[in-house]
Amino acid sequence: MSLVSMTAVADGSPTHVRAAGHRWARLTRPALGLLLPVAVGLGWEIVVRMGWASGRLAPPPSVILATFIDLARTGELQRNTLVTLARVAAGFGIGVAVATVLGAATGYSPWVRRLLDPSLQALRAIPSIAWVPLFILWLGIFEASKVTLIAVGVFFPVYLGLMGAIQSVDRKLVEVGRAFRLSGVAMVRRILLPAVLPAYVLSLRSGLGLGWMFVVAAELMGASEGLGYLLIDGQQLGKPAEIVAAIVAFAIVGKASDWLIVLVAAPFLRWEDVVRQD
Amino acid sequence: MLVLDRVSKTYPNGVHALGGVSLDVELGEIVAVIGGSGSGKSTLLRAIGGLDTATEGSILLDGDRIMAPHQKIGIIFQEPRLLPWLNVADNVGFGLGDRPKAERAARVAAALKRVDLADKAAMWPRELSGGQAQRVAIARALVPRPEVLLLDEPFSALDAFTRADLQDHLLDLWADAKPTLILVTHDVDEAIVLADRVMVMSPRPGRIFDEIDVALPRPRDRQSAAFDFAKRRVLAALDRSLNRAATAAEDEPKADAGAALWW
Repeated sequence: MSLVSMTAVADGSPTHVRAAGHRWARLTRPALGLLLPVAVGLGWEIVVRMGWASGRLAPPPSVILATFIDLARTGELQRNTLVTLARVAAGFGIGVAVATVLGAATGYSPWVRRLLDPSLQALRAIPSIAWVPLFILWLGIFEASKVTLIAVGVFFPVYLGLMGAIQSVDRKLVEVGRAFRLSGVAMVRRILLPAVLPAYVLSLRSGLGLGWMFVVAAELMGASEGLGYLLIDGQQLGKPAEIVAAIVAFAIVGKASDWLIVLVAAPFLRWEDVVRQD
Repeated sequence: MLVLDRVSKTYPNGVHALGGVSLDVELGEIVAVIGGSGSGKSTLLRAIGGLDTATEGSILLDGDRIMAPHQKIGIIFQEPRLLPWLNVADNVGFGLGDRPKAERAARVAAALKRVDLADKAAMWPRELSGGQAQRVAIARALVPRPEVLLLDEPFSALDAFTRADLQDHLLDLWADAKPTLILVTHDVDEAIVLADRVMVMSPRPGRIFDEIDVALPRPRDRQSAAFDFAKRRVLAALDRSLNRAATAAEDEPKADAGAALWW
């Protein structure tokens, strides 16, 4: 008999057992996702420690961790992370603001859609990296061109997501609003906004993902600070551990920013009828 | 009083849905509209509700011309159409947005109690059964106290037991304030259980073909001979409206031929 079942018998309460089970599941569920990377890291650590591989170009986790701690101790990691974070925040903010205005206008008004959407779709077909030389010419090599590139990357998923979401709002629900004589503003606030929110949040998450992708491109094209700079620095000075440490930092802040959107949106999306993953 | 004067509707694609429908409905009267496909029943209801505009003729409610949704008119659709992001109580109070919070809460609570869903106030629409969701929709439509309530096949998606239950429930609710009810249905039994008058419509374009008074006392016994007689009259009128009487065998009663078409 397991410890849990023995406790249940002693306690005599099935509810108590269920609650304990839920607590256990809550603790173990995130750990499950770590299983694969930890196993791979541990395996590679053993391979290098046993001398079966040098680990010079692909350093083991212990070396990466040591580099990570060194970079943090000198403050280099925090400084570069903050610079990158500021660029993504600025690009994301601008991209989302412009995309929200244009996505809302084209989704809501067929006339505006006919006017703007063909041009925007044509621009979307251009690989965003192709803008880099032009942005550098127009805006210089410093922050403005980098932030603009990130904003362009963020713009299209948010614009398309919002426009599509508005266009596909259930006509029957809009009719409920009409039957209750909602004004234009009330219709937007009470029907359209909540109806498009799930798709909008999803498009924000896609946009943010592209923002992180584009900040790397922006920093690789020329930067004296930022996580992208650490990547280039590690490459030029032959320090693979620094490259991996920067990649890990990207993963952490990228995931954290995505999680932040999910966290902020969660209270507004409790009503969704979705397949629960738990 | 609701007055429809030669109401016609032609859609932009050329479909002539309504051809000069005239009808007077007294306050508190229950009128069922029944007819075959393409007879313009739902178009008529949408025009009365102000969701569609008539291309000719006029609809007047207490002298006001109806060109858009009107505060004295409520609508219950075929599906509950509850807003999934609002809980049950907020859905019921959806039409009371301009009222003080306390009044809104009191009216919502009373309405939920009236439809036996007081304990579901905090639930999401996705957590309700079909019958419960439709009761919430009824409560939502009744809470603003409309003078006219339009019902577009409101129980057609429900099983027979729930449907009969909700028909009785609707009559109970109607008895509270006695609004005018205009009900579009495919269900002859439903029309006779609920209505004072059954309007039979003929198709293409939709016209009122016949008008049958149902002068039976309420509650109506679905098994009674009088009920059966009224049902046969409606079915016979439906047969004629669809010009299908000739399809019945010579020795078959006309009403039974109609029943075959409708059941």
